[in-house]
Amino acid sequence: MTTPSESPLIRTRDLVKAYPMEQGRLVALNRVNLTFEKGEFAGLVGPSGSGKTTLLNIVGSLDQPTEGSAEVLGHRIETLSHAEAAELRSRHIGFIFQTHNLFPVYTVFENVEFPLLVLGMPAALRTQAVRDALDWVKLGDRANSKPAQLSGGQSQRVAIARAIVKRPALVLADEPTANLDAENSRRILETMVQLNRDLQTTFLFATHDDKVIRHLRRTIRLNDGSVVADTSTEPTPQLAGYRP
Amino acid sequence: MLTLKLAVRNLLGGGMKTWLRVGVLSLSFITIIAMQGLYQGMYGQATEASVSTELGGGQYWHLRYDPLDLLSLPDAHQTLPEGLSGLVASGAATPILVVQGFLYTGGDLQPILMKGIDPAQRVLSIPSSALADAAGSSPPVLIGSRMARDSGLRVGDTVTIRWRDARGTFDATEVQVAHIMSTTVMTVDSGQMWLPLAALQKMARMEGEATLVVLARDARPIAASGEWLHKDLDFLLSDLNAMVRTKMIGGSVAYLILLFLAMLAILDTQILSIFHRRKEIGTLMALGVTRGGVIRLFTVEGALNAVLAAVAGAVYATPLLFLLARAGIPMPAAIESSGYSLGERLYPTYSAALVFGTTVLVLVVTTVVSYMPTRRIARLKSTDALRGRLT
Repeated sequence: MTTPSESPLIRTRDLVKAYPMEQGRLVALNRVNLTFEKGEFAGLVGPSGSGKTTLLNIVGSLDQPTEGSAEVLGHRIETLSHAEAAELRSRHIGFIFQTHNLFPVYTVFENVEFPLLVLGMPAALRTQAVRDALDWVKLGDRANSKPAQLSGGQSQRVAIARAIVKRPALVLADEPTANLDAENSRRILETMVQLNRDLQTTFLFATHDDKVIRHLRRTIRLNDGSVVADTSTEPTPQLAGYRP
Repeated sequence: MLTLKLAVRNLLGGGMKTWLRVGVLSLSFITIIAMQGLYQGMYGQATEASVSTELGGGQYWHLRYDPLDLLSLPDAHQTLPEGLSGLVASGAATPILVVQGFLYTGGDLQPILMKGIDPAQRVLSIPSSALADAAGSSPPVLIGSRMARDSGLRVGDTVTIRWRDARGTFDATEVQVAHIMSTTVMTVDSGQMWLPLAALQKMARMEGEATLVVLARDARPIAASGEWLHKDLDFLLSDLNAMVRTKMIGGSVAYLILLFLAMLAILDTQILSIFHRRKEIGTLMALGVTRGGVIRLFTVEGALNAVLAAVAGAVYATPLLFLLARAGIPMPAAIESSGYSLGERLYPTYSAALVFGTTVLVLVVTTVVSYMPTRRIARLKSTDALRGRLT
C-alpha cells in the first residue's frame, strides 16, 4: 500500500455512496478509505456491482458521495458545485471509457483537440499538443480520419490521446480494454504505462480484466462496496519501455 | 465562440440529415417570404393604381357626399370655397362633379355615374385630355374598357344619356365616345362615364360646382372649411387596407402552419438528438463542459438550422424571387371582381423589412423551439448519461 503523504492526489474518508430503493437503499460504496499519490498506476478490481465505477465517478467529480468525503487535488468533491466540478474535470482529470465515446462527427484531430477547446487554449499551442498526443498513441497519420474509419483499438488509442492531451494530473480509465482483443489491449496498456512513466500522470483503473490487472502496480480489490484488499504488485516485465 | 464552433462542427457533421432539415426549414422560410411578398405587391399595386387614378393625395368631399349612397348625390354639390379654388387654380387639385344618370344602349336602361372632370387636369392619371381633343357635335365622353365591354360601346359611338338636373328636371342628350381608357381601377371604370367638367356642369345646371376635389399627390392639404370635408389617404384607403388585412390573415394562417410544421421537425430533431446523443452529453460533461454549456451547444445547434436555412434560401430563392418581382405573375381575369386593382400581372414586393423580419422571426422561433427540449439536460446526471440513460 502506498504511504499517504501530506497532500495526496486523492484521499477518501469513510466514503459512502448509497442509492435510494423502493425498500431501503442500495449501498454501492461502504466506508471506503483510500489514498493515492501522484504517479501511481493503480486499479480498482472486483466483480460487477462491487463499486469500482461508482468510486471512479466520485473521484472524477461526476458523482457526489452520500456520506464521507473525497478529496481530489485539494478539492472536496462533496462541496463542489456543478460548474466547479466541471472546471476540475476540464483542467485536471482525463477520462477513458469502456467504449471509446468519441464524437462521431469529429475527426480524430478534432476529438483530441476538444478538451483543449474547453480549456480555451490558443490555436497554435492546441495544434502542437494534439500532434504530440497523437504521436504518443502512434496515430499521427490518422488525424483526419473519422472514428468510424478506425478499428476498436485505434479508437481507444484516440480516447487515450484525448484523455492525456491536456496533461492532466489524473487519468481515470473505466474498463478501457473490455472491448478489445489481447493484442490491442497490450498496445493500449503499453501506451498508458509509457505515459505514466514519461508524464508522471496518475492512472486509476476500474477493471476486472486480467490483462490489465497483471500490469497494475497497485491493486485495490472491492467487494460489495468495501475495500477487501489493497496490494502493491510488481509490474509485468514484458511491457516495452516499462520501468518500475 | 466555442459553442458556436462546436455547434457548426456538429451540424455540418450531421451530413444529409442536417441538409434535409435545413431544406425543409428553408422551404417554409422562403414560402413565407414569397407569400407575404405577394400580399405586399398586391397592396402596393392596388394602392398605387387607386391613388394615381382616383384618390390622388387626398380629397375634399362636399358635406353631403356619400359615395355609397347615390341618393346623396342630388344634394352633394356646391361652388368651391376660396381656399379650394386657389388649389384648383394652381393645379394642385382638380374638381369633380358627380351626377347620377342613365345610359340607353340597345333598348336597355343602364344606371351610370356621370363624372365631370377638367380635360386639362394633371392631378389624376386619367386621359382626360381626350375630352378636349374631341371634335364631334355631341359632348365627348371617356369610358373605361370594362364599361365599354359591358355596354358594347366603341370609340366614335354615339349614345343617349339621361339625368336629372339641379332643379329636378329630367333631361337627355347624345354623347360620343371619344376614348376608351384601360385602367385597373374598377371604381373609375365600371358604370362610370367621364365628361368635360364644364359640359356636365351646364347639363346639370350646376355651373361652377363640384362634388369633390382631388388633391395632387404632392399637394399640401389646406384646412377644410364650411361645407367641405377633408378626407386623407388613410381614410380613403381604409376599405382596401381592410381587404388586404383580411387576405393577410388568411395567408398568415397558411404560413403559421408551415412554420409550425418546420418547428415540429426541429423539435423532433432536438428531442431525438438528446435521446440519441445521451452518451455524447455524458462525455461532454466528463470532458469538463458544464450543463449550461451542453444546453447552449444543443440550442445553438438547433438555431443554426435556421441560419443555414436562411443562407440556403438566399442562394436558391434570391434569383427566383427577383425574377418574380421583375416579371410578375399573370393574374386571371376573375381577379377584377375581387375588388383589387391589380391589372394583368401581379408584381410581388420583397421589402427589406419583410425579409429581415421573417428571418428574425424564424431564427427566434427556432431558437426557442431548440431550447425547449434541452432543458431536460439540466436534470441529466452525467453518470447516467455516460451509461446511455436519461435521468
